Amino acid sequence: MKTDVLIIGGGMAAAWAAIAAAEAGASVIVVDKGYLGTSGVTAPAGPNHWWVGPDKALRRDAIERQSAKSLGLGNPEWMERILEITFRHLPTLATYYPFGSDGHGGTYYSGIRGPEYMRALRRFALARGVTILDHHPAIELTANPEGRITGALGHALRRDEAWEIRAGATILATGGNAFRSGLLGSHTNTGDGFLMAAEAGARLSGLEFGPSWSHSPVWASTRTLPYTGARYYDAAGNELDIPPLRQTHAHHQALATAILQGPVLADLSDAPADLPPILRRIQPFTPAPFERRGIDLFKQRWPLRLWGEGTIRGVGGIDLADRDCRTGVPGLFAAGDAATRELVAGANSGGGAVNAAWALSSGRIAGAAAATEALQHTGQGTAQGLGRYGLHPSGAVQNFDLGAINAQVDEHIHGYQRAFWRQESSLADSARQLDALWHPIAAHAHARGEKLVALRESIAMLATARWATASALARRESRGLHQREDYPQTNVERPQRLLVSGFDTVIIAQPHWEPA
Amino acid sequence: MITPILESRCNGCNQCVAVCPTLVLAEAAQTPQIVRPDACQTCYMCELYCEQDAIYVAPDQTAPQTVDPQAILASGQLGRIRHDQGWDRENSGEDHLDVYWRLGPLLGDGVENAARRYAGRHATD
Repeated sequence: MKTDVLIIGGGMAAAWAAIAAAEAGASVIVVDKGYLGTSGVTAPAGPNHWWVGPDKALRRDAIERQSAKSLGLGNPEWMERILEITFRHLPTLATYYPFGSDGHGGTYYSGIRGPEYMRALRRFALARGVTILDHHPAIELTANPEGRITGALGHALRRDEAWEIRAGATILATGGNAFRSGLLGSHTNTGDGFLMAAEAGARLSGLEFGPSWSHSPVWASTRTLPYTGARYYDAAGNELDIPPLRQTHAHHQALATAILQGPVLADLSDAPADLPPILRRIQPFTPAPFERRGIDLFKQRWPLRLWGEGTIRGVGGIDLADRDCRTGVPGLFAAGDAATRELVAGANSGGGAVNAAWALSSGRIAGAAAATEALQHTGQGTAQGLGRYGLHPSGAVQNFDLGAINAQVDEHIHGYQRAFWRQESSLADSARQLDALWHPIAAHAHARGEKLVALRESIAMLATARWATASALARRESRGLHQREDYPQTNVERPQRLLVSGFDTVIIAQPHWEPA
Repeated sequence: MITPILESRCNGCNQCVAVCPTLVLAEAAQTPQIVRPDACQTCYMCELYCEQDAIYVAPDQTAPQTVDPQAILASGQLGRIRHDQGWDRENSGEDHLDVYWRLGPLLGDGVENAARRYAGRHATD
């Protein structure tokens, strides 16, 4: 198959990129590992978008607040762009999404319920003439002898056959990496795009700022609306003195300490009084995990834990080389959670709102720029696959227990002791153990078809964990989501970004950085 | 995790096979079968998209559960999510999203409640 623009991924950013590329006149194919409409973390959630009207003073105030929150690493110009693009384009979904009341006589645009949002984006993209190939995971990018990306190779899961798509420009919108933590909607978010981009020569940034976390019952990850006012109790019924959510790191450390010592029970009797009657209209999936176990969510106590979110509501991703979301690899763009959010979130979580505005805006920017680039390039001619790990072993083929490897990788990223008490000794220990996992799989792993998809997912998670650990080791300070026990202060000098790349040897670089 | 699709309700449309983001299900002669149970992330999407209300996702995402189909049929849970979402009456003129704007303020109210309690507790120390 051939197309002007190939988009890999099936969440918000992929859909917005597809719509923008099609509007710019390009032919567009979207390949998703899952189903564009249910894939990824947006579909079972409901993102609020960072939303400020065109009033100049309001925009300036919002950007100043966000710049402060970014702790010196955000870029006000990018913030201005995503506010403008979000404000202009979110309402264009109105044909496909029934925007509701804002409670004050107007229309509520900024927050969109997940299942309807992703269904609307699918319908919008189809109406623009986009071809959507569901259950078509990409396995590797292809490039011509000049090093320009010419598309991708992958596997059609339902037909169990290989596919190849040639494109003038390719966009990675594969989402973040949740390391199979169980976070709601994240099973497909295994950092596949990070791996493909890095094999093509791209670098990543901001991976030390994470993971982020959410609260949920121990048996199921849910959305978190009911839990923000929770009281916490130990098994003996003593109320725990947990600092409030606003003191993010102290809150997490105290809760993690208590959870490590034995069950922590959440009590929602102090939830906002207006919430219980309307919870199921706002987050219809949230009551089910309780009702179906016979638990009254708001009246009974139930065991809670922190669920790791990997890079999802964090910061890190493929570094961007210019304002069109190019990656620095010719012909390759990145958008959404697959790209670094450092430009708009800096050292702190972009939460729902900033990251949602980023996904929409970076998707549209990359889509439009890729459409323009595809006017000059066709992706035709000689090309070869750039994938290496799991595809071309350098030694004798061995079998690996991927489930066990995935669990170990998740522990190095999300194990409470390692995550909430970050320090040189534990990070160096993680780096060593992850290296020991990496080298055998890099040299000896091989699979085909659906098994290759699973193998590449494990390799992508392992590679990301090594980059994140190296980045966290290299940043000898505490800043935003990156909190070090051994370096509790924030450096007062000009803040530095970190770029990370490399496979057998992980390389950290500090780019020349001019805050706008 | 997903439980076996209720054959008495399933019309074999295979919409659940198409929409599952992790391809847990596969087409079969009549009722789709669970072929990749380990990939089920308990996201409820198959339930939401099933117009026959023939799917019950059990609440524990960490382990498969055995359920009694008769108990499920009697539970009132089949179709509940689709109803709460408003997908069973989409062109009824009802505005299913008219309270969605309260998400942000209610999240914030919870955060405030917790912060106030903590401050109160430590003010009296």
